[in-house]
Amino acid sequence: MKRMKVSLFVTCLIDIFQTDVGMDTVELLERLGCEVDFPEKQTCCGQPAYNSGYTGKAKESMKHMIRVFEHSDYVVTPSGSCATMFTEYPHIFKGDPEWETRAQALADKTYELTQFIVEVLGVEDVGAKLNGKATYHTSCHMTRLLGVTEAPMKLLSHVEGLEMQPLPHNYNCCGFGGTFSVKMTPISEQMVDEKVQSVEETGADILVGADCGCLMNIGGRIDRKGKPIKVMHIASVLNSK
Amino acid sequence: MVMKIGEKPFKERVADGVNDTFMRGAVASAQGRLRSGRLKAAEELGNWEEWRQLGEEIRAHTIENLDYYLEQLSENVTKRGGHVFFAQTAEEANEYITGVVKKKNGKKIVKSKSMVTEEINMNQALEQIGCEVVESDLGEWILQVDDHDPPSHIVAPALHKNKEQIRNVFKEKLGYDKSEKPEELALFAREKLREEFLQADIGITGCNFAIAESGTVSLVTNEGNARMVTTIPDTQITVMGMERIVPTWEEMEVLVSLLTRAAVGQKLTSYITALTGPRQEGEADGPEEFHLVIVDNGRSQILGTAFQSILHCIRCAACINVCPVYRHVGGHSYGSIYPGPVGAVLSPLLGGYEDYKELPYASSLCAACTEACPVKIPLHEHLLRHRQEIVEKEGKAPAFENLSMKAFSLGTASPSMYNIGSKLAPAALGAFTKEDKISSGPGPLKNWTAIREFPAPKKDRFRDLYKKRKKERGEG
Repeated sequence: MKRMKVSLFVTCLIDIFQTDVGMDTVELLERLGCEVDFPEKQTCCGQPAYNSGYTGKAKESMKHMIRVFEHSDYVVTPSGSCATMFTEYPHIFKGDPEWETRAQALADKTYELTQFIVEVLGVEDVGAKLNGKATYHTSCHMTRLLGVTEAPMKLLSHVEGLEMQPLPHNYNCCGFGGTFSVKMTPISEQMVDEKVQSVEETGADILVGADCGCLMNIGGRIDRKGKPIKVMHIASVLNSK
Repeated sequence: MVMKIGEKPFKERVADGVNDTFMRGAVASAQGRLRSGRLKAAEELGNWEEWRQLGEEIRAHTIENLDYYLEQLSENVTKRGGHVFFAQTAEEANEYITGVVKKKNGKKIVKSKSMVTEEINMNQALEQIGCEVVESDLGEWILQVDDHDPPSHIVAPALHKNKEQIRNVFKEKLGYDKSEKPEELALFAREKLREEFLQADIGITGCNFAIAESGTVSLVTNEGNARMVTTIPDTQITVMGMERIVPTWEEMEVLVSLLTRAAVGQKLTSYITALTGPRQEGEADGPEEFHLVIVDNGRSQILGTAFQSILHCIRCAACINVCPVYRHVGGHSYGSIYPGPVGAVLSPLLGGYEDYKELPYASSLCAACTEACPVKIPLHEHLLRHRQEIVEKEGKAPAFENLSMKAFSLGTASPSMYNIGSKLAPAALGAFTKEDKISSGPGPLKNWTAIREFPAPKKDRFRDLYKKRKKERGEG
């Protein structure tokens, strides 16, 4: 079988703060038979500027990213929110004779990591082993906008030794919201506390998620409060042996 | 702007909301009930997504052809002997309404629930000419009795109060001496309101959907109060926002089905009242005189803009009932009688950015609102659109934000700038870093670290590790 060529869009948060999640993603995809490349010129999907209303400025980053991944077969990213941003590009460049089609091409070949493994590779058991009791945070953009709900659950259910607990009120936002977390901190604080409380109710010792933004938010709050809950990106869970 | 409630700045309103434990308890439990009710009702219907699709199409078509349907409605109301008045502003609407009341020498007015009359502050205008205005919707009445506490929700206006608080209001203001049981509270209200209905000489209602083909006004209630308001007084005035209209009864049926399910999880409310003009010859009841006041008050300014679909709203509050921000801050924090996601979109459009510029930012863009909307209004996209307007057209974004976004754009549109920036990050934040984390950060990190830890940027970025790995494997 021909090895599937995958371009990794690692996201700026992982590139700078959560490097191990990036490495886990590479190892996982390779173990599943993919040939992974990392286009070095990649930066950020533009979401911080776009969601703050700076569309013009965000478009510069977006055009850059379209160029960076123009020759990729598949673009895979360990972030539901950043994948969603790529799929929004055609909507943002709508009516632009040069960029709309190029944006559409990128959107069409972009997949969130778990979505790619389940939907494209057709794999549900990646052969991972991790002992513990875990719960999964369903991030908003990934579930509501990208529509990926089942893939992460399927993959996690096959991790040997991992007992999954349903997260009550999993549909509630964790309060990250990008710049919302620093602009509306008093509200964000209430939201993240509510999420931490839900996680605690499950009795899980591991919180798993597929978005570094949410995990930095929930994890940062868990850490500040000194709660004994480990926060893990799903790529790291799936790459545990 | 009349729909504004309170004079406190946004930050203070939010702090008040967040610190109000009673209110938050009441809101969270109501949200829980309303959310599960809506989901259950949608499931019972079976093909909810198709209904939503149909709802969206009906609303889009109607608003696209609003002038046509408004004219048809107006013609049909007039044909049946009713009077129609198009009010461009709140002032014009109040002037017409007070004019009618004066002419009829009206003293006591009973009202059924209406958000648009809150929007134009009609009660105050009527009170200024010496009338007594009595709200007959239970929630609205509670608030009225409680020294005109403003509504905090568009369907359940007293949602921010629990039953103990309601009992206290009744006890303090009206000498109520029974328990906080909802049945006892409702019975007390019913007895009080009966007297008001019988004495009223003018009835004022809102309008859920006006039906253009027949000149009918329809009202959706669970308490039957709209029926009392429209049958006892001799004169009826109905006030409607100019977008509360459907072409025919067929569309009305679809939208009512969506409305009651999305709003309260019911297949139908206890009462759906439909009134077509004043009492006709041979008819047993209905008012002798009927006035329909169609209020623009900024709505036509939204037509033809990217925000047009906010006029599709059928005021079910499903977006409010799922909003996490609303849950934590409560309705009053929005500073407008329209709270929650729909309010955060609508209030700046009707009332301007001066008073409401913070609202579009009071959202994590989680899109729970968009998902819940029965007519598929992309609410979170409208919030984002407001941010774009504030930044790019209004130029009202803070200077610091402009600067940091400029830096962001420079750093992400060019790989070399990104490379330098991300490489320098650990050194720049070194002084703030302890054990791989930042507990008290500078600049924009200050707010982050006020409540959470921030991870320190890694000395070797992913790209550096990847390169190293490639080299080790002889691929680089």
